[in-house]
Amino acid sequence: MLELLARLELGPIFRALMRNKIGALLIALQIALTLTIMVNAIFMMQERSQQMARASGLDETNTFYLSNTVFAQDYNLKTALQQDLQRIRQTPGVVDAIQLNAIPLSGGGWSMSLQTKAGDDIEGTGSAVYMVDEHGINALGLELIAGENFQSSDIGWREIGSTKWPAKTIITKALAEAMFEGDWKSALGKTVYIDNHQPMQITGIINTLQAPWNGWNGVERSMLVPQQLDGKGSRFFIRTEPGRRDELMPVIEKMLAESDRGRIIRNVTSMEQTRDESYQEHQATNTILLTVIIVLTLITGFGIVGLAMFSINRRTRQIGTRRALGASQWQVMRYFMLENLLISFAGVILGAAGAVGLNIWLVSTFSMSPLSPVLLVIGVVALLIVGQLAVSYPALVASKISPATATRGRA
Amino acid sequence: MFSYYVKLAYLSCKRTWGMTLLMVCAIGLGIGASMTTITVNYLMSANPIPHKSEQLFFVQMDSWQPNNPYNDDGDAPEQLTYRDATYLWQAQKAKRQSIQSGMSAVIEPADKEVLPFMVQGRANSADFFPMFDVPFLYGSGWDHQADLKKERVIVINAELNERLFGGKDSTGQTVRMAGEDYKVTGVMDRWNPKPRFYDISTGAFNDVEEVFVPFSLITEQKFSRSGNTNCWKPTESGFQAFLDSECIWVQLWVELPTEQDKDAYFSFMNAYAKEQHQYGRFARTDNNKLRDVMQWLENQQVVSDDASMMMAMSLMFLLVCLLNTVGLLLAKFLGKASEIGVRQALGASRNDLFIQHLIESGCIGLAGGLLGLILALLGLEAIKVMYGDWIRDLAQLDLTLVAMAIGLAIVSALLAGLYPTWRACQVQPSVQLKSQ
Repeated sequence: MLELLARLELGPIFRALMRNKIGALLIALQIALTLTIMVNAIFMMQERSQQMARASGLDETNTFYLSNTVFAQDYNLKTALQQDLQRIRQTPGVVDAIQLNAIPLSGGGWSMSLQTKAGDDIEGTGSAVYMVDEHGINALGLELIAGENFQSSDIGWREIGSTKWPAKTIITKALAEAMFEGDWKSALGKTVYIDNHQPMQITGIINTLQAPWNGWNGVERSMLVPQQLDGKGSRFFIRTEPGRRDELMPVIEKMLAESDRGRIIRNVTSMEQTRDESYQEHQATNTILLTVIIVLTLITGFGIVGLAMFSINRRTRQIGTRRALGASQWQVMRYFMLENLLISFAGVILGAAGAVGLNIWLVSTFSMSPLSPVLLVIGVVALLIVGQLAVSYPALVASKISPATATRGRA
Repeated sequence: MFSYYVKLAYLSCKRTWGMTLLMVCAIGLGIGASMTTITVNYLMSANPIPHKSEQLFFVQMDSWQPNNPYNDDGDAPEQLTYRDATYLWQAQKAKRQSIQSGMSAVIEPADKEVLPFMVQGRANSADFFPMFDVPFLYGSGWDHQADLKKERVIVINAELNERLFGGKDSTGQTVRMAGEDYKVTGVMDRWNPKPRFYDISTGAFNDVEEVFVPFSLITEQKFSRSGNTNCWKPTESGFQAFLDSECIWVQLWVELPTEQDKDAYFSFMNAYAKEQHQYGRFARTDNNKLRDVMQWLENQQVVSDDASMMMAMSLMFLLVCLLNTVGLLLAKFLGKASEIGVRQALGASRNDLFIQHLIESGCIGLAGGLLGLILALLGLEAIKVMYGDWIRDLAQLDLTLVAMAIGLAIVSALLAGLYPTWRACQVQPSVQLKSQ
C-alpha cells in the first residue's frame, strides 16, 4: 500500500502544492462553496418535485370547471341549477358534471375540523370540505375503496349562512388514518363530529383527493358531504370522455351563457391549468435552481482549467526536464490529475461541512427538512469527477510538452 | 497617466483574452444573479407608503378561543370579529379609522350591448381614502355621513371609468351593481402600492381593487363578501347570527399621528378587551397588538421564503465567482512577473505598479458589471415569465438598483484584484532580470 502511494508521487505533488498555497486554496474554496450550494439547491429541488408529483386523485386530464354568477334579481336558483346540470350531463362527450364548492389545488376552499368525540374542548383533525351530490365520485374521477356512494335521497340544500351539516360523509384514506390511528378500514361506519357537536357517519372511503391548498401539511385530508349550495355564485365541475375536454370547454360555456341572460359564465379553466398555476412558483424556483447549479459548475470547471493552464505554462521547463529525465507522457498527465484530486479532496471535505452548515441554517430559518446524506455523497463524487474532467485538457497539453524544451531557453 | 494605465490594461487583457473573458463572464454572472434576487427582495420589502407608514396602525385583538391560540407562536389573529371592529370604528377614538373587508359584485353597464361583468372590490369606511393618500383623477371619496346613512356611493378606478364612461369625469353618474344604483363620488387615479399593505391577507402583491363602497352596506347583503373568514365557535344559521358570531373577517386600520395618540388608543383597546372579558369573551386580554405598516409587513413575512433563500444562494454564487476571479487574476499578474521587473528597473515605483494593476482589475470589474446588468435585466424578464403576473412590479430595475449593480461589480472586482495586485508588486526586479 505504502509502495503504491510512493509510486503515485503524492509526496512531491504535495510539496509542490505547498509552494503555491494560495492558488490551491482558491480552487479548494471554490469547490467547497460549489458543493455547499449545489447539494442544498438539489435538495430544495427534490423537495419541490416530490410535492408536485403527488396525485390529486382527480381525472386531471379530462376535467374542467367554470364559475356561474347570477345577477338577475328574481331567479329560482335551485331550479336553474338542476336544469344546468341536466343540460351539461346530456351534452354528448360529457361523462358527468356536478356543482362543487371548491376546486382542488386552486388555493381557495372550505375547511372544517372533525372530532371523534363530541364536545367543545376536544382536539380535532382539519379537513377540506367538498360539497357534492351523488354524481360527485364519478365526476371527479375518484376511487371509492370502501363503503358506498351517496344516494340521491341523501342530498340536501345548504342555504346561505346555514351551519347545519348532513348525516353522512365520505372521507379520504389519509383523513381516516389521521383520525383512527392509522387504521383506515376501521373508520367505515364510525361517527365523527363536525362543528364540535354535529354527528356525521362515515359511509365511504376514497383513495385520494387533495385539498385546495397545496402547501398545507394536511393536503391529503378531504371529505365529501352530500350538500348542494344555494347561492348566487356557484361552480360547475365537468368531466369529459378522454381527449374531448378542449373541444367541449367552449361548447359548454356558450351553451350555458346563451341559455340564460341573468348570469355570467366565467373562469372556464381546465384542471391541468389549475395544477400548473398552483405549482407555478415551485416550477419557476426549480428552473432557477437548476440554472444556478449548471452555471456554477461550469464556472468552477473553467476556473480549474484556467488556473491549471497557467500553472502548466509557468512550469513548461520543469515539465520538459522531467520528460528529458525519462518521465512518460502518462506520468506527467497523472501528476496534474493527482494534483487536482488532492485539491478537490480538500475542497469537498470543507464543502461537505459547509453544505451541512447551510442546511442547518436553512432548516432553522425557513421551513425546510434536513439534508439526506446520500445526496451529499453524490455531490462529492460529482464534483470530484468535474474536477478531473476540467483538469484533463490542461494535463493533456502538459503531457505533450517535448523533452527538448528543457534544453531551450525561456521563451 | 490614467489613460496610459487604461491602455496598458487593454493591451494586457488582449494578450490573455481567454482568461479575461472568463473573468468578465464570472463577475457578470455573479452580479447578474445577485442583482436579480436583490431586486426582488428589495421591492418585496419596500415601504409602500413611506411618508406616513409610522402613523398607520393595524389593529389586532385576540378574541380567539380560550384553549388554543390562533397562531402557533401565540400572536393575535390577523382579523377582527364584526362586532369588535364596528365597536372600535364607531368609537372614533383615532384621528382616522378604516374598517374594511373584500367584496365582489356584478356590474351591469347602461349600454345593454355590453355584457355584465364581475368586479373585485373593497367595502371600507370613508377614512380609507385620506388615510392611505389615495390619489383621485376626478371627485373624491365619500364622507362619514354616507357611511352612517348607508348611502349607495362608489369610488371606481381609472380603468373601470374608461370601460364604463369612456374615461370622462363620471362623478355624479350612477353605476348599476348587484341590482342597485350607486352614485360615483370619485374616480381613483393610478395607485398600486407594493406590497398592497392595507390588505395582505388576500395576497400582498395583488392589484388594488376596481371598486370601493361603504363598509356599512355589508349588512344589506346585496353583494358578496370576499377574503378569509375563520370561525371557532359554532353559530346559529342566518346572516345576523353570523354578524354576531365569533367569526373573524373584518380588518381595521387607524391613523395615530403621535406616540401619545398611539398609547391612548392602545389603552382604549385593552380596556375594551377587559370589559368584554367580564362577559366571558377575550380569554387573553393582554394579547392585543397595534403594529405600524412596516412592523405589520415584517410580522406577516411579506418577503417570501423563496425570495430570501434565492438571495442567500445568489450571494454565495457571487462569492464563488469572485474566488474564481482572484485565482485567475493572481495567475495573470504573476505571469507578468518579468514585465513588472522590467518596469521596476526602468523606474516605476511600487505605487505606480499598484495603481496600474488596480486599474486593470477595475476595468475587468466594470466590464463584468455591465454584463451583469444586462444579465440582471434578462433574469428579471425570465422571472416575470416564470412566476406570472403578480411579480411584474417586483421585477423592475430602478436607478438606485442600477447604480448598486455597477458599484457592486467594481467593488467586487477591486476586492478580488487587491491580493493579486499586492503579490505582483512584491516581484523582485533583480531576480526577474537575471532569469532573462
